Amino acid sequence: MNDHANESHDHHHEESFVSKYIFSLDHKMIGKQFLIYGLIMFMVGGGLALLFRWQLAWPDKPLPMIGVSQEYLDEGEAVSEADRRWERWGEDDEENWFERTMYGGIIGPEFYNALFTMHATIMVFFVVVPLLVGAFGNFLIPLMIGTRDMAFPVLNMLSFWTSVLGAVILMAGFFVPGGHAAAGWTGYAPLSSVPDFTGVIWGQNLWCMALIVMGVSSLMGSINYITTVINMRAPGMTYFRLPLVIWSLFIVAILLLLAFPVVASALALLLFDRMAGTSFFLAEGGGEPLLWQHLFWFFGHPEVYILILPGMGLASEMISVFSRKPIFGYKSMVFAMISIAFLSWVVWGHHMFQSGMNPQLSMAFMTTTMLIAVPSAIKTFNWLGTLFRGSIQFTVPMLHTLAFVSMFVIGGLSGIFMANSPVDIHIHDTYYIVAHIHYVVFGGSVFALFGAVFYWFPKMFGRHMNAALGKIHFWISFIAFNGVFFPMHIIGVAGHRRRIHNPLDTDLAHLQGINEFITMCAFILGAAQIILLVNVFWSMFKGRVAEQNPWHANTLEWHAPTPVPHGNFDQIPRVYHGPYEYSVPGAETDWIPQTQSDGEPSRDEPIAAGATAD
Amino acid sequence: MSETAAIDHSADVYEPSLTPDSQGKLGMWLFLISDAMSFGALLAAYGAIRAGAAEWAPPSEVLGINLTAFMTFLLICSSVTMVKALEAIQKGNQSRMCTFLGLTILGGLIFLGLQAYEWTALIKHGLTLNEIPHEGLSGAAISGSKLFGPTFYTITGFHGAHVTGGVIYLIVILIQGMRGTYTADYNHKVEILGLYWHFVDLIWIMVFTFVYLL
Repeated sequence: MNDHANESHDHHHEESFVSKYIFSLDHKMIGKQFLIYGLIMFMVGGGLALLFRWQLAWPDKPLPMIGVSQEYLDEGEAVSEADRRWERWGEDDEENWFERTMYGGIIGPEFYNALFTMHATIMVFFVVVPLLVGAFGNFLIPLMIGTRDMAFPVLNMLSFWTSVLGAVILMAGFFVPGGHAAAGWTGYAPLSSVPDFTGVIWGQNLWCMALIVMGVSSLMGSINYITTVINMRAPGMTYFRLPLVIWSLFIVAILLLLAFPVVASALALLLFDRMAGTSFFLAEGGGEPLLWQHLFWFFGHPEVYILILPGMGLASEMISVFSRKPIFGYKSMVFAMISIAFLSWVVWGHHMFQSGMNPQLSMAFMTTTMLIAVPSAIKTFNWLGTLFRGSIQFTVPMLHTLAFVSMFVIGGLSGIFMANSPVDIHIHDTYYIVAHIHYVVFGGSVFALFGAVFYWFPKMFGRHMNAALGKIHFWISFIAFNGVFFPMHIIGVAGHRRRIHNPLDTDLAHLQGINEFITMCAFILGAAQIILLVNVFWSMFKGRVAEQNPWHANTLEWHAPTPVPHGNFDQIPRVYHGPYEYSVPGAETDWIPQTQSDGEPSRDEPIAAGATAD
Repeated sequence: MSETAAIDHSADVYEPSLTPDSQGKLGMWLFLISDAMSFGALLAAYGAIRAGAAEWAPPSEVLGINLTAFMTFLLICSSVTMVKALEAIQKGNQSRMCTFLGLTILGGLIFLGLQAYEWTALIKHGLTLNEIPHEGLSGAAISGSKLFGPTFYTITGFHGAHVTGGVIYLIVILIQGMRGTYTADYNHKVEILGLYWHFVDLIWIMVFTFVYLL
């Protein structure tokens, strides 16, 4: 490894465009690449959601602008430009993509199934993981532990480009005959394993392949993160002086390392079922349909914590900085994350209460699931303890962090209902679970992520994001988010199944007003994200130039010059105390950087001494 | 990290690297843990399918043990030659290392050849993705789940892919070794290769136990 450290230290020569921006080996550039990649996929995934929300609010009505007019549907006479376009397409011999997927601009059942499947797949695998783990993991880990780069820079670059390959394979699925995968993001067999059941042929195959490729990408990433954190911490940076976000990313990397190979194996078996005519998941061929669910959720539940733990870490950083107080109960925060990670391996059965499980077994899964509430509550109370009597600064990142904490509490509490197998019998597969997952992943992770983009933007690009635009984006997003997902609890308990194509055809028609309200809020929520995009790209070039440590934070990335040069630090920093020494009584400033040795004796010393004895 | 540690020896709470001589060694261990999870998932799936099947043909009747027992022995021998290669280069003996690496490659290639022969014979005998043969090696009539073939070919095929990758990896290191890249002081890449090769060997012993013997 010494050769890596020396190389990156000594090379300051000008690089070509390709090696600097495309096949870059620099962890900061790879982090930014993941950020852009994730934001683009975020827009794609969100756009798909808006399409199916339209169908749920105004079932079988043509989409505005691209669809035919109502008059055309009623009278058969073309009145608008769109009508004439569809008429012209109808007369052509060759079907185009729009005709195959949404004839006349109306979202049919097959396309609807593909839409919600791909919305979830993209958001889970191609947005939240690349943004939280890919972008922030890459950018923050070497900077915050005080080293020059990742342990394996080439592997890091390959990890990014493999994930691009995965996205290309996935996107190709929209354009193949038969449409894209339509068996839900969980791909339950035998719905997913027999092409005739969904009518999807290559879409589902490409879905499997794209996920296997993403698995390879996260395998490379996680090997890199774990090795870097274990082997390359700066002198004095003990495990218990690591910032909490590094702890969370470290734990997440371990979960990714162990969980993804399991689903990759399962996906390979599914591909054999689809393409080689085997019957691993088909009862009539001697296979086990439940086996898919076990393998998928054995991966899937750790995956859920892969989505939320980095958000918890990012929020912990920001909450301490903007309360100007040490994080409450640092060690209990670390052990809470470790116990969440352990428990995540023994709870997968709670997704399968309705799949025909022995009630005694479901009792066991119910107990382990409820246990997760304990470390989650420890974390929540510690955040509240950090806020208590702090000098809270309501900056844009802090607003997002507070939103994260409050939305995570709502999502966490609704989770306890579903953990109860008797209650779950009623609310399983309804909009209640949709509300729950979105409160945790959007309200939780994505708000923490937005906050983190604002918070670390000055270090990433050397410029501030616009705070006024940031506040407008935050408040619209926050209110619209609750407008979208809170009513879903209500329609969920009322029995609205989550994958219904046309609610008016069922006993759910009386809920239609709520569905329309949700869709209107969803369009506002989607439009608000344009503000974020504008802010990101405008500030990248035109924002206010940032100073080295704008938030007066302690952690090592703010010790590095802005913009951060190749090799990060002029000299590898030495760390003298923990990352959360804010408002220490008697100190000159209300922050003490981790690199500062003189002044007040650090209150962290006894803890650090204990850490070495471990 | 030894370089940064040298800046200040008074770093009282400095925690040294887990693998100070090479990042790659830790990286390889992590990869192997991950790979063990893939094999674990496949073997668990095989266990679940076999336990859930109404009837499962006896593996000794369908597959036969003798050839595979020899293949197992061969793979264990190739692990021994791998150990010898590492031992040689740690003592600085480059040509001896190359000889033993060559023997390891030979072991891997013979293993792959025998596996190809075994698969061909089994397919001819009637073990395919959709069917199992009607009579066993002893001539007795056999019946059982059709998933015998798919599970067998998936697991042994995945292992065979690992052996193939390992042989390519061995050849790369052998070429570097013949050019004199490795010395008594610089040989961690040979050690990392050894980790991988022993892992593939270990996995085969699992596969042999669960798929052939049980």
